[in-house]
Amino acid sequence: MSETSPVLRLTGISKRFGAVQALTDVDVALFANEVHALVGENGAGKSTLVKILAGIHHPDAGRIQLSGEDLVLSGPAAARDLGIAVIHQHPNLFPDLTVAENVFVGRLPRNGVRGVDWGELNRTAQRLFENLGVKQSVSVPVRGLSVADQQLVEIAKSLSLDARVLVMDEPTASLSSHEVERLFTIIRQLRGRGVAILFVDHRMEEVFEIADRVSVLRDGRHVITAPINELNPAEAIRHMVGRRLETLFPKEQATIGEIALEVRGLTRRGVFSNASFQVRRGEILGLAGLVGAGRTEIARVLFGIDRADAGEVLVAGKHAEIKSPKDAMRLGIVYVPEDRHAQGLVLDFSIAANVSLPIVERLSRLLVVDRVQERQIATDYSKQLQVRSTGVEQVASGLSGGNQQKVVIAKWLATKPTVLLLDEPTQGVDIGAKAEVHRIISQLAGQGMAIVLISSELLEVLGMADRIVVLHEGRVAAEFARDDATQERVMAAATGHVEA
Amino acid sequence: MSERAIDSPTSSALAGRIGLERTLTLVARLREVGIVIVLLVVVAIVTVQAPLFFSISNFEQILLNVSLIAIVAVGQTTVVLTRNVDLSVGSVVGLVAFATGDLLKEHTLGVAGAIAVGCLIGLGLGAFNGLLVAVAKVPAIVATLGTLYVYRGLDFLIAGGKQVSAIDLPRGYLGIASSTLLGVPTLILAAALIALGAAYLLRNSGAGRQLYAIGSNPTAAEVVGIPTQRLIFGAFVVCGLCAGIAGVLWGSRFGSVNALAASGLELQVIAAVVVGGVNIFGGSGTVVGAVLGAILLATIENALRILHLSEFWLLAIDGAIILLAVGTDAAIRGYFQRILMRTGRR
Repeated sequence: MSETSPVLRLTGISKRFGAVQALTDVDVALFANEVHALVGENGAGKSTLVKILAGIHHPDAGRIQLSGEDLVLSGPAAARDLGIAVIHQHPNLFPDLTVAENVFVGRLPRNGVRGVDWGELNRTAQRLFENLGVKQSVSVPVRGLSVADQQLVEIAKSLSLDARVLVMDEPTASLSSHEVERLFTIIRQLRGRGVAILFVDHRMEEVFEIADRVSVLRDGRHVITAPINELNPAEAIRHMVGRRLETLFPKEQATIGEIALEVRGLTRRGVFSNASFQVRRGEILGLAGLVGAGRTEIARVLFGIDRADAGEVLVAGKHAEIKSPKDAMRLGIVYVPEDRHAQGLVLDFSIAANVSLPIVERLSRLLVVDRVQERQIATDYSKQLQVRSTGVEQVASGLSGGNQQKVVIAKWLATKPTVLLLDEPTQGVDIGAKAEVHRIISQLAGQGMAIVLISSELLEVLGMADRIVVLHEGRVAAEFARDDATQERVMAAATGHVEA
Repeated sequence: MSERAIDSPTSSALAGRIGLERTLTLVARLREVGIVIVLLVVVAIVTVQAPLFFSISNFEQILLNVSLIAIVAVGQTTVVLTRNVDLSVGSVVGLVAFATGDLLKEHTLGVAGAIAVGCLIGLGLGAFNGLLVAVAKVPAIVATLGTLYVYRGLDFLIAGGKQVSAIDLPRGYLGIASSTLLGVPTLILAAALIALGAAYLLRNSGAGRQLYAIGSNPTAAEVVGIPTQRLIFGAFVVCGLCAGIAGVLWGSRFGSVNALAASGLELQVIAAVVVGGVNIFGGSGTVVGAVLGAILLATIENALRILHLSEFWLLAIDGAIILLAVGTDAAIRGYFQRILMRTGRR
């Protein structure tokens, strides 16, 4: 490894969003002819760092130096002009323009007064792809290309810009293994030409296959940077999870009863496959895994929003057909979705109207909703969950995040469910409210409800769950009993690194 | 502070928020109050300029003109609440009006029968719109633009240049619009009854609540298990039925019907709905607001005619009122949104 001066050096980068400190004092240096992997848990700050390099976010503090010169990335155009190319997880291309137009968008070759020189455009674009050793027609529209091919278009674009730094944000996330191999061949080729590459990923096997150097982020801080041969996957994972102060969650002991929900070989093509697990009454089952591992997708199928291609769901031991959320609700399964604004609450509605929404038909007498009963139910559940409001007639948009989340939970409790699917229930909720949500979850399990808790926060899963199922790329990678689960073991399974 | 408080607020910040909440709710209600105020101002100004304007018979005339639009606006509100729009209502009114008139003229059916058939035609045409939008997933603006022309074409096909005149129509039918009940014209009573009934159901029925939920947050509605497709279909059926009722009454009110009857009505109706504070992006607004919007526009039209102002002013003022209504809405919402942001959501 050459110890020459770095192409790009970040020093002391900090960035805060509202109350969240996304990055604190991060140092990273990228060298020419090197693939530098950046790893970390969900929310460790990887994406923020990428967006700072892309010129989308501006750091609150710190220096960015390109070939030793200080610079300010005022926007995406500035980053591009300075030779920093960023390939986002989901390529941002124009689906109705051709491949060649996408490569040269904004700087199409001109031909005097007649406008775009199409011949020149296509020839140049074709040459770029040949350079990459890829067969790709450049005159077809981008719409219909696979994600892998779209990434190649982005790579071709970065080549045409003579990018010195190439940043790739989880480029392999939606690629097949064959496509990953092709991508790696191209990455190695670019490395050979002197490009400095930052490769953001969380799959250990890939990182150890492609990278020359690894940096680990944890909770927005830089933990370690080391040449790849001085670190092994287990050590990298240990650095990712670290040893943080255990926050104590009020997990109460609950009597665990019979099986409430059983899933056998559930498959939704291209999303998750052969998922099998069971939850008992009174039990909290943690579904752990990285973003995109298929946790939310399984919950959506169990709630009838999406359909499974194969597999069986049993509710209370009986085969269940779940074709719509209505079916799921009838079977006693409810789903508190990840994004409460987009999927959970009707912000214009009062607390009472939100709570009664799933049962509004049952509350109706001769078409008309029984307001007295509605108020009563909403008040009861609001009390149980301690929703802080001016009363159940208060409009939901005026509540704090934690209280909105409680209203969403109250809404589902009103349907008297037996299985509660909770998807990231404490996301975007402040610490005080978080503990309260945990208390509620624990209390509900104590009442005999079966709870499936999806969470990206390891500590939350470890603290709350009686049992943990870890998903990796749509498959069940491991299952741990509460006492066997450690941060390291769960993270290893989630990143596809099977312990020796 | 409400005595029903679930949990006593602890900080003054919360108290401030509650005040803000109240103001926000008030502002939402204010929309209707606002229209009434503007209405009163218009009445006052015009009365000073032309005392003739201020008479019971003139107000009755205005309300008679509003009645049919108001009935159609009830249906349109139902559709707009779900984030859709029905541009075909004018054609439905026209087609139903001619069909009903023709049935009566040829003595095919009695008055009651013709009215029933007319309403059913409206319902069927609405159902077809509903199929296009809810089942075939054609964007409402395109689907109903298509049926606007198709339904009007059918109207021309049946009418073929003919006209139904007052002499062709039975007295019992013509009497519907001209008769009064307790001194109030039946037509106005019918419109009021339909509007109030719809307002009550939209506010208090399960389906009404679900319609608002669909417009306000479609994803959440889906997740809650609301049968979105069926309800949107239903909204179009209701809209078609309302247009059908207005169509049935058309001949009775105006005495004569030709193939051009009620063309352009859809724009008047949408104007009334928008001025009445129904959010064109769905989820909020009331039938009462829409009807008040219709009354305001009709009053201004009447006033301008009494003041002998030209047609140009009429259209320009209608346009200005729409922009004013929507503009004020956006400004007020933006203002409170900013305050809410500042007091913080966490």
